[in-house]
Amino acid sequence: MYQSLLELKNVTKIFSVGGYLASKKTIKALDSISFTMPSDKPVITALVGESGSGKTTLARLILGLLEPTSGEVLYKGRKVSDWLKKDKIAYLKEVQPVFQDPYSTYNPFYRVERVLEVAIKKFKLASNKTERQEMILKAMKEMGLRPEDILGRYPHQLSGGERQRLMLVRLLLIKPKLIVADEPVSMIDVSLRAIFLDHLASFKNNLNTSCLYITHDLNTASYISDKIIVLCRGRVVEDGPKEDLIKEPLHPYTKLLISSIPIPDPKNRWKEKIESKSIEFFKESELKRCIFSERCPFFKDICGRETPPLFEVGHDRRVACFQYC
Amino acid sequence: MLEVIDLRVYYKSIWGDYKSVDGVSFSIDEGDFFSIAGESGCGKSTLVDGILKLVKPPGYIPTGKVFFDGKNLLALKEEELRKIRGVKLAYIPQGAMNSLNPVIKIEEQMIDLILDHNGIDKKNAAKIAFSSLKEVGLQTEVAKMYPHQLSGGMKQRVIIAMAISLKPSIIIADEPTTALDVVAQRGILQLLRRLKDEYGITVMFISHDMACHAQVSDKIAIMYAGKIVEVDSTFNLFENPAHPYTKGLLSAIPSIGKTYIKGIPGMAPSPLNWPPGCRFHPRCPKAMDICAEMEPSMEEIAQGKWVACHLYR
Repeated sequence: MYQSLLELKNVTKIFSVGGYLASKKTIKALDSISFTMPSDKPVITALVGESGSGKTTLARLILGLLEPTSGEVLYKGRKVSDWLKKDKIAYLKEVQPVFQDPYSTYNPFYRVERVLEVAIKKFKLASNKTERQEMILKAMKEMGLRPEDILGRYPHQLSGGERQRLMLVRLLLIKPKLIVADEPVSMIDVSLRAIFLDHLASFKNNLNTSCLYITHDLNTASYISDKIIVLCRGRVVEDGPKEDLIKEPLHPYTKLLISSIPIPDPKNRWKEKIESKSIEFFKESELKRCIFSERCPFFKDICGRETPPLFEVGHDRRVACFQYC
Repeated sequence: MLEVIDLRVYYKSIWGDYKSVDGVSFSIDEGDFFSIAGESGCGKSTLVDGILKLVKPPGYIPTGKVFFDGKNLLALKEEELRKIRGVKLAYIPQGAMNSLNPVIKIEEQMIDLILDHNGIDKKNAAKIAFSSLKEVGLQTEVAKMYPHQLSGGMKQRVIIAMAISLKPSIIIADEPTTALDVVAQRGILQLLRRLKDEYGITVMFISHDMACHAQVSDKIAIMYAGKIVEVDSTFNLFENPAHPYTKGLLSAIPSIGKTYIKGIPGMAPSPLNWPPGCRFHPRCPKAMDICAEMEPSMEEIAQGKWVACHLYR
């Protein structure tokens, strides 16, 4: 039997770039990432990181679109590559993505309902055409979309928000066990984001579906998630239950990140000026040292010599910082 | 200082005109930190194009006046306009940091710009370039580097350094922090604020992110569907929003510690076919009969608070 729904064990992904004219270089997109999502109850785990931290690479590894260079991605205790070789349809039915760009997920030549019909046929969710039609109508109503406004149209005739919500309708039909949502709201208008996030969160209670919510935005992450994992340049720097992590961040990077989020209240403005040293750093590949060392106000010798492992601190919290060893 | 009167910017198409900016009026006083907020597609960037007369065909400006230093920019010849635009009136377009030339050193690019607008020699131009870089919080080594050696936040600082090197009296920054992480974003916003506080440079700051406005701006205009629906001091707008759209927008912002956010149902209308009457009425929770028939005009309902809504007539 398996203990966790999703488990990553020391996952590393290295890309090599260049060749032909430029000299060949390697880029470590992910550097021994380990975390788990439990199987006994549905949870929403948020993976937060700035651009270039390896968020999307991680999503692609879980979806089986990329192979890790080393380490293992296990779903229900079995390797993803093994699932895809032997039980591809079963895996795809249980692990479903929501992508960032609602414009490129649709084929412009087909009417939008095709994304629903293909899913129903592929996963044999309905036995005949009438049943299929009924399923689609019911699911659309549940997601607050009016079928008469949507069905029969082409992708360019719908707004980004509608297209992204149609993806939720698709999930409602498939009823996956795990949703991998990669920046699902970054291209939707602010006024419609809340509606999308509430629907996504409702899957946890109504369908028992877990979700890995990948984002750069701690605001939306703190709104829908149960647990937050903070990534920085390919490494996990800190993780823990949402409330604890937001209220009391431990890693200096997380502290800086949380204090820099603009608060929508003019009475609560940033007090101190941020030091430019702590904002900017030159791009260079880092080897054996803490990734935040060049910006860290608590720098010690060891930080420049060794990579800090994730130290267990308190209940269900881990932090990669020598201050806590 | 900058006054915009009934500015319209339309785009011609085979289906008719896209009325992206449709009758916008406002004025910015000297030394203001003035914000324009609104969702994507509401016409924020097109408004800036209109102000600077940068609208290219099929776009055109059917009506409008833009007074800057007593001159109507839209009536000036291109040559006269070039002497103001970029010099007195610095513009930082969206994604400007990607327009740095990748094969020329930062220093050279800055000197080129200064020489192009100022009749001074190269040595003095280099001096100005260095001091501007210091001003925006960059080390002078950056001058000898190429754009790809810098992070996004540093490139955006270089762009701001270029803008201030010509000693402008106003900076128009269109989404200067998109594609930057929150820490770099905070650095850039605080820099813009400092330019205003220390040098009295007027700033017009355009962003979709209400939280950024709350952090830095003095005065704010909310745009919806090609029009401005509310103008107020930033403090008061967040405290007492008047227009139902502003209220909806504020309650839709997720922020840390907020456990309940509420979206605005419906979707933004198309610039090809704005709804009649008040453009927000199909989504408005307080819509009345008159809202579908008559377009509300901007009224000053309290000192400094302007709203276009029938509820306050």
